[in-house]
Amino acid sequence: MHLTTNTILICAGGACISSGEESVKEALERKIKEYNLQDAIEIVETGCMGACSLGPIMVIYPEGIYYQKLTPEAAEKIVEEHLLKGRVVEEYLYQGDKDKLIPQPQKEIPFFSRQVKIATRNLGVIDPLNIEEYIARDGYFALHKALKEMTPEEVIKVIKDSGLRGRGGAGFPTGLKWEFARKSPGDEKYMICNADEGDPGAFMDRSILEGDPHTIIEAMTIAAYAIGANKGFVYVRAEYPIAIERLSAALNQAREYGFLGENILGTDFSFDIEIRIGAGAFVCGEETALINSIEGERGQPRVKPPYPAQKGLWNKPSNINNVETLACVPPIIINGPEWFRQWGTEKSPGTKVFALAGKVKNTGLVEVPMGITLRELIYEIGGGSPTGKKIKAVQTGGPSGGVIPEEYFDTPVDYESLNNLGAIVGSGGMIVLDEDDCMVDVAKFFLEFSVDESCGKCTPCREGNKIMYEILDKITRGEGTEEDIELLEKLGNTIKDSSLCGLGQTAPNPVLSTLRYYKEEYLAHVRDKKCPAKKCRDLISYVIDPEKCVGCTACARVCPVNCINGEVRKVHEIDQSQCIKCGSCIEVCRFGAISKVSPAIE
Amino acid sequence: MLECCEKHAELYNELEKYIKSLEGKKGILINVLHKAQELFGWLPQEVQEYVAEKLNISPSTVHGVVTFYNFFSTKPKGKNQIKICLGTACYVKGADRVMERFLSELGVEEGEVTEDGNFSVHGVRCLGACSMAPVVLVGEKDFFGKVTPDMVPTIIKKYKEEGK
Repeated sequence: MHLTTNTILICAGGACISSGEESVKEALERKIKEYNLQDAIEIVETGCMGACSLGPIMVIYPEGIYYQKLTPEAAEKIVEEHLLKGRVVEEYLYQGDKDKLIPQPQKEIPFFSRQVKIATRNLGVIDPLNIEEYIARDGYFALHKALKEMTPEEVIKVIKDSGLRGRGGAGFPTGLKWEFARKSPGDEKYMICNADEGDPGAFMDRSILEGDPHTIIEAMTIAAYAIGANKGFVYVRAEYPIAIERLSAALNQAREYGFLGENILGTDFSFDIEIRIGAGAFVCGEETALINSIEGERGQPRVKPPYPAQKGLWNKPSNINNVETLACVPPIIINGPEWFRQWGTEKSPGTKVFALAGKVKNTGLVEVPMGITLRELIYEIGGGSPTGKKIKAVQTGGPSGGVIPEEYFDTPVDYESLNNLGAIVGSGGMIVLDEDDCMVDVAKFFLEFSVDESCGKCTPCREGNKIMYEILDKITRGEGTEEDIELLEKLGNTIKDSSLCGLGQTAPNPVLSTLRYYKEEYLAHVRDKKCPAKKCRDLISYVIDPEKCVGCTACARVCPVNCINGEVRKVHEIDQSQCIKCGSCIEVCRFGAISKVSPAIE
Repeated sequence: MLECCEKHAELYNELEKYIKSLEGKKGILINVLHKAQELFGWLPQEVQEYVAEKLNISPSTVHGVVTFYNFFSTKPKGKNQIKICLGTACYVKGADRVMERFLSELGVEEGEVTEDGNFSVHGVRCLGACSMAPVVLVGEKDFFGKVTPDMVPTIIKKYKEEGK
């Protein structure tokens, strides 16, 4: 290993890649080579650093200077100024309130400093493709401890005592699940990792797999030892090609180092892992559907019981854990259950990763102790609204979850508290909604998703959700009645009670929770044909304010159906009979002269 | 017909090689279909029947699996597949309007291929890049973040020019 003067950590998480990380890295390399510094400066591509709205991001050590929103030009300038001359390039630093420049926001800004990273401890810190960097961060120490110093029962006890609960959505105690699989008779058992992260708006599993694949391999091996399995599967979504690529590379390295395969670490325990790629079916996140899919069949859920712990993959006892759950396992084994319990609440110990998205300033991945309030999460960490518009609610748990209105933002985030509000922690997606979001429309969006993803096996889910969707569609078109609203409630509760699997049992949640808190919005659509958020297209019209219009013709030029009339420097007018309500005009108007009104103008 | 040309014979050969490499493994149908789609671009009936024969299962089982999963397509796709993320974060930030603009600019329906075979537009499930919402992915690698309807013609133009 050669000595370097600087190390550059550049985030190669999904959001940074999509905002141009690769060209930034190429520019860095090019410029560094130009000055012949390639031996003195090391560039490491890491997993997701979490602050996705700032991407592409890099941190330059030893100083720990944090550069954000980079471009290839920025990278060149940073090489010439920072690396060559030791001068921090201010224009790419993080800007705090009142434009204060903050070179090390990771120490000062709540978005970073309030986080406690357990599952995401290595994200943005190590090169995911370098097993030695993982080992340097105590990687595979937990495996060593478990295999050499603990019996399977002791491993299970530690996980049980830690109170770790399934992070995929249901929150079932992980240790208990392991114990069921351990006690289930059979000499052939399977350990499965559920990486079929399908909740729209949640991307923590993707980030962990891409940024720290070895932690999943280590945790699965520990779990396999605990339950007595010799064969494991990771079921990954096909939508995550980078995760698949990095996990495959990590599996090969782990085999090379003897952490996988025959006689792991010289013990008589053998275990290996195979990757199975999903094919785009949300229901496969349900464990029995996932099992069917690994078997190469249609991913339809099975009737439970028997549970997978008794009859799982190929009817053998199987244990299934989600990615984030597994990522918590190695640190718990090393540090003990009490260590994990210092965070979180009595019933929901530890931390949870949330994906903040929607109408919030700091979007990205944050790992925080359970029990933090929604207000802290959305305003302190998330930075509140990016536009100054009023935040109305937060949607948690995706298509299985519900909305929580702003009045309840002081609720602690834990499994029970959110359930009481009609929402769920779910996999940790948090979509912040503001006054422009119509609750009926949001409910319709999620239901459309569930209808599309229903596997069709049981009637309540297949037919019931479809009828609910049709009613919602009617309401958003202004054709609904008050009886429709009652029917929605009744149907929703019936579907919850009578569906076969988790998908159907939770699909009505977005509707029921919006009905619970925003019934007046539903009634406005029905009674007054009015969409208070001015979102539902059939219930709005676009109008030009003659006082504000200067006749610049920008709107008329952009209108795809040529329905805006008016001469240069004269007030323009929209022909309502032709308008398709595409909203293009409102975007180009620089004078704020165009607005939406509801109900629609006849 | 697919069997007619040599290029397809090659593709079938490669598929057969892949199937052989999985010998001894259980439940490999989905893996094989992934490979087949990667080779052929979509899964025409002939390919499904070929897979059924090689794996010794009924064509109806194969068809049942193909139609169950969103990822498998029984229709050809455009040379450039424009995938518009319809996840929640993208939706609340206006992905529906981005989608509409793509469809109207290209004059196709969702899932349909343009006459020149150059483009097809697909609404897809959450791509997991929520902070860049709305997100559009062209092909497998080209990400566009914070897309507004106005950016649509530029995106299309980029690929039209590349195609020339």
